[in-house]
Amino acid sequence: MTHSEYILLLFGMASVTYVPRWIPLWLLSGRTLPRWFLDWLSLIPVAVLSALLLPELVISAPPRHLDPVNLKLFVALPTFLVAAKTRSLLWTVLTGMALYWAAGKVF
Amino acid sequence: MFVFAGSSQFIAISMIGSGAAAASIILATFVVNLRHLLMSSALSVFLGKRRSSHLALLAYGVTDESFAVNHHRFLTGEWDWRRALVVNHTSNFAWVASTIAGGLGGQFIAPGAFGLDYTLAAMFIGLIVLQVNRVLHVAVGAAAGVVSVLLSFLLPGNWNIIVAAVSAATAGAVILGMHARESRRRKK
Repeated sequence: MTHSEYILLLFGMASVTYVPRWIPLWLLSGRTLPRWFLDWLSLIPVAVLSALLLPELVISAPPRHLDPVNLKLFVALPTFLVAAKTRSLLWTVLTGMALYWAAGKVF
Repeated sequence: MFVFAGSSQFIAISMIGSGAAAASIILATFVVNLRHLLMSSALSVFLGKRRSSHLALLAYGVTDESFAVNHHRFLTGEWDWRRALVVNHTSNFAWVASTIAGGLGGQFIAPGAFGLDYTLAAMFIGLIVLQVNRVLHVAVGAAAGVVSVLLSFLLPGNWNIIVAAVSAATAGAVILGMHARESRRRKK
């Protein structure tokens, strides 16, 4: 890849990263939105985050395959409990890392 | 610093490594980042009327993590766009700083040391738990997760995340709507 292609790539990636984040803020803020749409938006966070998380826990790669019995999923259970108990991101992340590390030593 | 998006940076690195064309890397970045379209929509509810320059600044920092923190704070009240802006740009600064630190120091850390592989998963777990305050959230989250796993074998790239999140949230909103209609009828 040449130097100018790199610049083009950087600009292209920057705009496709930024524009989808900006348009909804610009179009939707300051309007009164219908109830059903607000309901829908209120469910988006948990839906997106879960859709990101579960594949991370049960799919191993490469090659991509379903791996439902593994350390990541196993460690997720106590991590969820700590998260629910402390409601603290820091403790959740530290617990998850520590358990995953310790579990890796044992198994 | 111009492309504040971790997953697309990883994809770009590996695609550049395998000699892919710039256009296909840009397309991959776009698909990976489409989920932020949903996140910005969800945030816009709390912002009210703002100068478009303020929104433009805020938009730059919408990521999985800053979004989850901001959305949670907006919901519990005592939060405004200024603080959201601070969260977004602090995390951006930390991202750039730790990228540099990682570039310089990464060679000294063995792959997988100290459970580092698990930070992302643990953070998603923490962020999800912060969002959950009713049973419907658990149901929507579980549905989105399962659908996302199944679709990841059928759809290319990160489309599974977008399709799963949209369909699970839609199903949840339909349930909320039916519930509201039911309780209105009971009041009459």
